[in-house]
Amino acid sequence: MAAMNKILILGIESSCDETAAAVVADGREMRSNIIASQVEDHKKFGGVVPEIASRKHLEVINDVVEYALSEAGAGFADISAVAVTNGPGLVGALLVGVNMAKTLAYALQKPLVAVNHVMSHVAANYLVHTVQFPAVCLVASGGHTSLLYLLSRSETELLGTTRDDAAGEAFDKVARVLGLGYPGGPAIDKIAMQGNPDAFRFPRAFSGQDHSYEFSFSGLKSAVINVLHNLEQRGEPIPKADIAAGFQAAVVDVLVEKTRLAAKSKGAKTVLLAGGVAANRQLRLQLRETLALDGIGLNYPPPELCTDNAAMVACAGYDLYKRNEYAGLDLNAFTV
Amino acid sequence: MDYIFTTNAEQETESLGKRLGDLLFPGAVLLLDGDLGAGKTAFARGVARGLGVTSPVQSPTFTILLAHSGRLPFYHFDLYRIESEEELLDIGIEECLDDEGVTLVEWAEKFQGFFDTPSMSISIARGQEENMREITFFSGEERCRELLDKLCARS
Ligand SMILES: Nc1ncnc2c1ncn2[C@@H]1O[C@H](COP(=O)(O)OP(=O)(O)OP(=O)(O)O)[C@@H](O)[C@H]1O
Ligand SMILES: [Mg+2]
Repeated sequence: MAAMNKILILGIESSCDETAAAVVADGREMRSNIIASQVEDHKKFGGVVPEIASRKHLEVINDVVEYALSEAGAGFADISAVAVTNGPGLVGALLVGVNMAKTLAYALQKPLVAVNHVMSHVAANYLVHTVQFPAVCLVASGGHTSLLYLLSRSETELLGTTRDDAAGEAFDKVARVLGLGYPGGPAIDKIAMQGNPDAFRFPRAFSGQDHSYEFSFSGLKSAVINVLHNLEQRGEPIPKADIAAGFQAAVVDVLVEKTRLAAKSKGAKTVLLAGGVAANRQLRLQLRETLALDGIGLNYPPPELCTDNAAMVACAGYDLYKRNEYAGLDLNAFTV
Repeated sequence: MDYIFTTNAEQETESLGKRLGDLLFPGAVLLLDGDLGAGKTAFARGVARGLGVTSPVQSPTFTILLAHSGRLPFYHFDLYRIESEEELLDIGIEECLDDEGVTLVEWAEKFQGFFDTPSMSISIARGQEENMREITFFSGEERCRELLDKLCARS
């Protein structure tokens, strides 16, 4: 049967708070996608919550990998290669995945491939879309804000990143000062729907600067804090929805402007979104409308593939495997 | 004795950090506190520049640790998301504290008892004006107080 000839990649991810494993066939067919903190039957993993501690990753990684294989109906022998995130991230956490992947690759005598965390977010799109190249990808999450130019699945160029806070970090911190809880992204997305985005005008950093693909969100964070301080000092009520809407508009305006600028100047056919912030509804809406004016398409993964997962690692790993870009068993983890 | 500086713009806070970074020695540990958006990362960016780091200095809130190389290694921690001392030990902070690099810790006050002999504690407070910050340095070490005297003399 044809299924016999498919290339199965086992992906492993432990770069930050999540321990995850997945099996992907031919770089696009998701056979399983297990994230320890999201498994309904929590008993399976001892009631894990997302945690930074590497000890937590270590406790569940064996079970997560086994579960990913059994869900995929695959055995270790069916795997063509093991793909693992080796950075950027917290070295202690990353090493749990890296050591697991090395052990498996050695025991099974299968190739090991090392995947960059940011590039794996980009690859989440390849699991669900046939992307038209050249493309521009905006990766926006709690830890990253990067704009990338993609000539193909394997030829990429970094155009710009944030100089201070990441976009997702700004969402979480503003949600915290507004008392909206964690995670901040969905909370702001929701309450902003009821607010007036023009009631407060917040700064848009590096806006209107033609050749800059740099981002900055710490000024926006402090502008929101200043508004709150002033309202509190005057004893006025806090219009949370309006502040959230104004804040979100500032973030989205900048992300849309820079992404459109990159797409146009690079002659991109498609724009891709990736990372947790890609789930933001206003960002998707505004970007779609803006890009439509230039006839540029927009792709983004479903929410469960926007946040950290291992299917995207297996997908990115497939490309490296096809190009024989194997990692040695001395593979290490890196922070930045 | 406390050393107190006032800045009126992000750039001024960064350049104060840079002047401190110029003077820092291997193994220095700086604890940095202040509310959300006080300017801890801006100050840390300056320290990094003073240590000869040229790469971008982003906020380590999500990553917890961002390591940079300069004249000395620079370990930039942010404990905002760390919730227990167990997690704190687990992220490998002790290795950095014992290293010959410079370690700077944002939100160190969350784990007050943990850092028993820091080189200095720095706190950033908002002032009367929106862009005003009062930056206070304290050190129990002779060597660091001499260094802070120099910092004052240069300011
Ligand atoms: N005098 C000043 N010194 C430093 N920052 C200032 C000053 N005046 C205004 N700011 C603004 O305050 C913000 C400080 O942000 P920064 O991210 O450095 O703070 P932080 O203390 O690291 O925050 P967090 O708690 O989120 O880590 C910047 O937007 C900066 O422009
Ligand atoms: Mg900071």
